Amino acid sequence: MGMDRREFLKLSAASVGAATVAGQASAQSLLDRIPNPFAPMPPQWFDGDVETVYSYCENCFWKCGIEVKVAGGKVRKVDGYATNPKSRGMLCPRGQGAPTQTYDPDRLKRPLIRVEGTERGDGQYREASWDEALDYIAEKMFAIRDEHGPESVAWFGHGSGDKWFASYLPGAWGSPNAAKPSVSLCTGPRETASQYTFGRGISGHEQIDWSETNYIVLIGHHIGEDTHNTQLQDFALALKRGAKLVVADPRFSTAAAKANDWLPVKPGTDTALLLAWMHVLVTEELYDAAYVEQYTLGFDRLVEHVQPYTPEWAAEITEIPADTIRRIAREMAEHAPRAVIPVSRHVVWYGNDTQRNRALYLVNVLLGNYGKPGGYYFCDAPGVDAYPAPDLPLAPSSGGCGGSTTDVEADSPFRDSVDRGLFYGSATAVQEMIPPMLTGEPYPIKGLFSYGVNLFHSIPKVDYTKEALKQLDLYVAIDVLPMEHVMWADVILPEATYLERYDDLLLQSYKTPFIAGRFPAIEAMYDTKPGWWIAKELGEKLGLGEYFPWEDMEDYLDTRLRTIGSDLEELRQQGTIVRRGRPYFADYERFNRNPLGTPSGKIEIYSERFADAGFDPMPTYEPTEQPPAGSYRLLYGRSPVHTFARTHNNAVLMDQHGENEVWIATKEAERLGVANGDYVYLENDAGVREGPVKAAVTERIRHDCVYIVHGFGHKAPLMRLANGRGASDTALQSSYTLDPISGGAGLRNNFVRVVADAPNPNHPPIKDLVADRSPV
Amino acid sequence: MTRYAMSIDLSACVGCSACSVACTMENDVPVGNHRLWIRNTTVGTFPNLTVEFRPEQCLHCENPPCVPVCPTGCCYVTDDGIVDIDEHQCIACGACIAACPYDARSMHPDGYVTKCNFCRHRLEEGKLPACVETCPTLCRSFGDLDDPNSAVSIAIREADRVDVLRPEQGTGPNLYYLNAPSSFGLTSNIWDVKHEEGAH
Ligand code: SF4
Ligand code: SF4
Ligand code: SF4
Repeated sequence: MGMDRREFLKLSAASVGAATVAGQASAQSLLDRIPNPFAPMPPQWFDGDVETVYSYCENCFWKCGIEVKVAGGKVRKVDGYATNPKSRGMLCPRGQGAPTQTYDPDRLKRPLIRVEGTERGDGQYREASWDEALDYIAEKMFAIRDEHGPESVAWFGHGSGDKWFASYLPGAWGSPNAAKPSVSLCTGPRETASQYTFGRGISGHEQIDWSETNYIVLIGHHIGEDTHNTQLQDFALALKRGAKLVVADPRFSTAAAKANDWLPVKPGTDTALLLAWMHVLVTEELYDAAYVEQYTLGFDRLVEHVQPYTPEWAAEITEIPADTIRRIAREMAEHAPRAVIPVSRHVVWYGNDTQRNRALYLVNVLLGNYGKPGGYYFCDAPGVDAYPAPDLPLAPSSGGCGGSTTDVEADSPFRDSVDRGLFYGSATAVQEMIPPMLTGEPYPIKGLFSYGVNLFHSIPKVDYTKEALKQLDLYVAIDVLPMEHVMWADVILPEATYLERYDDLLLQSYKTPFIAGRFPAIEAMYDTKPGWWIAKELGEKLGLGEYFPWEDMEDYLDTRLRTIGSDLEELRQQGTIVRRGRPYFADYERFNRNPLGTPSGKIEIYSERFADAGFDPMPTYEPTEQPPAGSYRLLYGRSPVHTFARTHNNAVLMDQHGENEVWIATKEAERLGVANGDYVYLENDAGVREGPVKAAVTERIRHDCVYIVHGFGHKAPLMRLANGRGASDTALQSSYTLDPISGGAGLRNNFVRVVADAPNPNHPPIKDLVADRSPV
Repeated sequence: MTRYAMSIDLSACVGCSACSVACTMENDVPVGNHRLWIRNTTVGTFPNLTVEFRPEQCLHCENPPCVPVCPTGCCYVTDDGIVDIDEHQCIACGACIAACPYDARSMHPDGYVTKCNFCRHRLEEGKLPACVETCPTLCRSFGDLDDPNSAVSIAIREADRVDVLRPEQGTGPNLYYLNAPSSFGLTSNIWDVKHEEGAH
């Protein structure tokens, strides 16, 4: 990056000097300064008083503790702070770039109501007061409730405020149709697998004991491209300590670039690799026999089960040599229990994902690392009482990332969620809430709230979603930016950014569990409001005021903190309150306690419950669909400077990475006549075409897949930096494979063709777009 | 005497750009300018590959070619070895931009040359440069090269391999790249080897 500009500058400066350079500089400023070269430079932001406010970051959902630096009434910088266990004084690029989002002139600024008589998607709005906007919503909601019941309003949420819009309000209102993309489009299968194996979730934070481990095996886990701050720190420190790293990935990822061994596994075959590792550990008796004896149930059945899964069998399937498979298994065993295969996020790949994650856990179990130093540690969230309020009529149902949810009781007056019975697990699946909008089965969904969920950049089958949205009686979007899906809503409620608002306490399960606070660094700009305020005001208009008895967020937080002997002022001064954890089995056994929550109290290698429900009680390998000739499997991942589809209008981050590229293996590109840097289209069987997108012709990927970074390809003209740059993977996901156990939507069975000779869109540099953006 | 220097351990750097964004925010660098940027270079063929993620910035050279060419004398070296610019004396002639073999300097839209100055204002407060402080892989070290116990001296001493950019220029860089991952060494010094740039 930067090459062209630099070369240009260098050339222009060298050949002509001041005349050309004046073109770069503002002529005015030169005139101002040349006559008086001793005029002082304007002061820098850090020259005067700088106030520091504690908060936690939300440029991704890792939620690092931050100190927000405010000078002259403006947020100038965001840094980590040492006493916060998640930032430890460091931040990733997205966290660093936070202020630019707050000062983005393209932000949503005041409530908007879609102009009467226009269609959803036309994008025509009129400004409204908060009062009018919320009244409008309440009226439509009452109408839906009267005709169809409260369950016919669905609630999607992602981000800190999803507590209000995907849990609390739906519970108060009486709808079990509340869902988070962070479950069925992300971590659902790993959580279900963990619940049914260990009787505990992974709990939203991957509890890998990085500081104690000596051997790490990553499978499709993109540390480095995924810049979850603490995880990246721990990973780097482990490697520096000399831990060995193996990376199985169809792509030579950033993590692979750091690995001792890269296994370019054939996409879709990871479970075969894991089964073969179990085979070697079991048949060569390399597993931790004492651990297996003490903590597990069903090992003898596993011995029998893994017999056919030889490395030679797996080599055929995975295209990884049998010797390599065997060697890695032996090396893992040599380092056990300080050898670990970390579970990752976004595990919805092929539809068999609960079983793949079970297989991953079982290799760890054979290594004896779960609940032991150097493996997986145990963690719980610190306890802080809720604000005293009446019980909600319906238990919140969306679950966390962990997705553990309550079933609607048999004698409840409420109907079960629309996706009940489509899969085995109990967490709601966001993508399964869409069809009832069109089909009315099992009952219609007529209203929808989307709090921070990008409907068109997360849920597959985008065209289907658009058709479904047209059938609704009410669609409300609560967001910060005029994303494409936001500009389809009937009512748009502009939220304040996380630097401008309070939010609920962050109760973080961690090796050292901790509580972190979010304090507003500046007043909310424009006519934007924090999520908690919107929820309370709307709750009152819906006649649910009794569930919102707090005066404001300060009262709410202070009351909660007093239940643990602290208060709001203390947290304001301190930012984070750190607790002691109980990371290992030994910490429980000392008190005769058992951290495992399975019915048997053991790690269930063999799952009776899966067997009873008609699923494989131990993981097996199911072949995945292969791309037809001429097509490639569409893989997708992360840019280190972007989060989901959220950060693509942030000028500083877009200046780092302003369009995605499609990775194509060199040999395939030669065959297709595509050169590095050419623009191409990606096209799927459903006739969706994305792009033009730049080709990165590279040795770093297998021949049978192509790869793009997720989150680009916005079709949102009001997001002037993001609009039209790159390609959207979600748009190309015209199908998904439902994981029958967890309800996860497997997204990697989508195939695309590469169409050469797309026109070069000549994207202007971000700096030119920024210069042209006058505030709207 | 203090002789400030920085090192970057390329075996740890993942090219995440946290350093670059931190630099932009700290120093109010306009969008489009960079005092610090990342290159990634791949060497080899599938499946025997190396990727080098290499952050680049001003190297605070011992013999800085940019300083003598400045007609106003606003480019100078501090007693601590920091190559800095007295921005209000800069007439934007661009001579230093042309002279720097590393493209470390760029023209600020307000009409003066700008580049990394090791975050001097932070050093004065006893803080580390912004890029060093935020780097999530802890691959950057900073300090006084004349102090054998400084973080940078220790990092350089403990490294298996130490490189500087384009040593043939005789500039004497004070930015050291440690543990370059390719067996060819720093990729910028090996342009005759087959390689590819980029791929995000
Ligand atoms: S990992 Fe980065 S974006 Fe995510 S919370 Fe931490 S600093 Fe923010
Ligand atoms: S922050 Fe650190 S790891 Fe990231 S690019 Fe900069 S030097 Fe490399
Ligand atoms: S030392 Fe400061 S000015 Fe130099 S690259 Fe690092 S952050 Fe930027």
